[in-house]
Amino acid sequence: MENGQANGSANGQDFLRVEDVVKRFGAISVLKGVDLHVREGEVLGLIGDNGAGKSTLLKTITGFHRPDGGRILIEGDEVNLRSVSQARALGIQTVYQDLALVNELSVFHNMFLNSEMTVGPFLNNRKMKEKTAQYMADMGVNIPSIDTEVASLSGGQRQAIAVARAVYSDAKMLLLDEPLAAMGAKEGALILDLIQRLKDERGIPMILIVHNYAQVFDVCDRINLLRNGRIEYDKPVADSSVEELTELVVSEYRKARETGN
Amino acid sequence: MSETTGESATRETAEAGTQERGLVVRLLSGLIRVREVSILVVLVALALYFQAVNSAFLSPQNLLSLAQFAVPYVVIASALCLLLICGELDLSVGQSFAFAPIVMYLAYDKLFLVLPLAVVVGLLAVAVVGLINGLITVYLGVSSLITTLGMFFLLAGLNVTLTGGFPATTPDPSSLTQALGESAWSGTVWALLIIATLQLVLARTRWGLHTYATGGNPLGAREAGVSIARIKIGNFILCGMLGGFVGIIEAFRINSIDPLAGGPDIVLLCIASAVIGGTALLGGVGTVTGAFLGALVLTVLRNGFTLQGISAYTFNIILGAAILVAMILNVYVARLRGAGR
Repeated sequence: MENGQANGSANGQDFLRVEDVVKRFGAISVLKGVDLHVREGEVLGLIGDNGAGKSTLLKTITGFHRPDGGRILIEGDEVNLRSVSQARALGIQTVYQDLALVNELSVFHNMFLNSEMTVGPFLNNRKMKEKTAQYMADMGVNIPSIDTEVASLSGGQRQAIAVARAVYSDAKMLLLDEPLAAMGAKEGALILDLIQRLKDERGIPMILIVHNYAQVFDVCDRINLLRNGRIEYDKPVADSSVEELTELVVSEYRKARETGN
Repeated sequence: MSETTGESATRETAEAGTQERGLVVRLLSGLIRVREVSILVVLVALALYFQAVNSAFLSPQNLLSLAQFAVPYVVIASALCLLLICGELDLSVGQSFAFAPIVMYLAYDKLFLVLPLAVVVGLLAVAVVGLINGLITVYLGVSSLITTLGMFFLLAGLNVTLTGGFPATTPDPSSLTQALGESAWSGTVWALLIIATLQLVLARTRWGLHTYATGGNPLGAREAGVSIARIKIGNFILCGMLGGFVGIIEAFRINSIDPLAGGPDIVLLCIASAVIGGTALLGGVGTVTGAFLGALVLTVLRNGFTLQGISAYTFNIILGAAILVAMILNVYVARLRGAGR
């Protein structure tokens, strides 16, 4: 994909640009020159088959992996990410599939994990509770109590907390890895609403990394398909359709079966 | 009209009924959840029983010996508790308990250091032991069970080698030796101070919160930016140092530095104490208060049986049964809680 500038519904400059990024693990090239960009306020759906390199790309953008080639630009400046915390300091927040929540801790302790509020050497639990309640109300997230252990919450509620935590750690951009994994329609709707609100009210640019594109199609501005280590498809949702994407995927499976036989 | 009010009234009472039952269930499950309460009940029951069968149990002399006997166990169990919560284990802490006073003694007797400095050298030695345990476990990826098992034998050999296998007498009495365990209640005061501090650290500080997070979800904690290596190594060092410190206190109390003081009994009893007190061996769950009460229960059991003239063999049978029952209950209660969701 040679900078096929598709016009999404969101306008403005690129918040993130990934140019010709290569990532190898030993002899295996997972990313073979990925070009990708996300504009301010834009929601990009990044789709691809299992093992297509979606997670590798995600981890390269968040500083977990260092690319073997190419460059990454944030707000127009080339960055050389060495660690996850460095990417985080630049405002790139990730919500992982495994959620990064600690089941044994309360909602508000999870909310402030590693950015705790303190009075002298001690935790300021009262203030963290107040803030958490306020954040949850602002984001329209309903949970039984912020004192409960995260373990007792549903998948959707846990995901919402993880998203809220990312948003309130000064996120300039959110990367959501399989935000609807293992969720039913009702739970999933909760998260999609949340994503829609974040987009409408805060204009936070997002990348949704998804296997099942049909679920998230409506909240995305643009769809990218990662295949064979490259972005092979880049269209605004207005010019795309779930059917077209399905056809793309199905044809790939057909090809695989034919060559397999 | 009247029909509808009657209907809504019955519905209201029914709702109130379920609410009340909900409250009772919540209270009960809350009490079960507060593990410390049930151990406290067991502790009080044991004390009452032993007092009933032998009125000497609650005598001032026996309370003192009970307190003195408990000091190493409650401190080591509490220190181990933090380490267990962050997902690791230290089998060598009993040997650190013996090692610190030996190093202190050698620094004092052979290197002619003043006693305060010798104490510091002893504590540094066990801090290094903790550091090595931590580094091997965290950076070389060896399970802490194996790391500290190796360290256990290494220190056991070192303890005997350094002393020639014979106990040594502690340095001459001074106000420092008095404060460090020689005077009757000083060990108890230290133990209570240490336990209160550990509980505060665990429940009220970032270190404590990160200790829970590290054991509960290591991957998630790391993704949130928690340095789990720092937390684990720090807790290894803390465990080694507190084990060593209480070893020095015990040495001054009995005026003897015993190279064989660190046998497997002490660490196994302390792990048992922490587990009885609700600490999860796999990390993420536990409290210092629970470990403290667990250690007290075991101390009271042993002391009470000794007063009754029951042998150490019987004590082991009862201890074993107590651990099994506690663990079965633990699994059962966890299942109940899971089902209640």
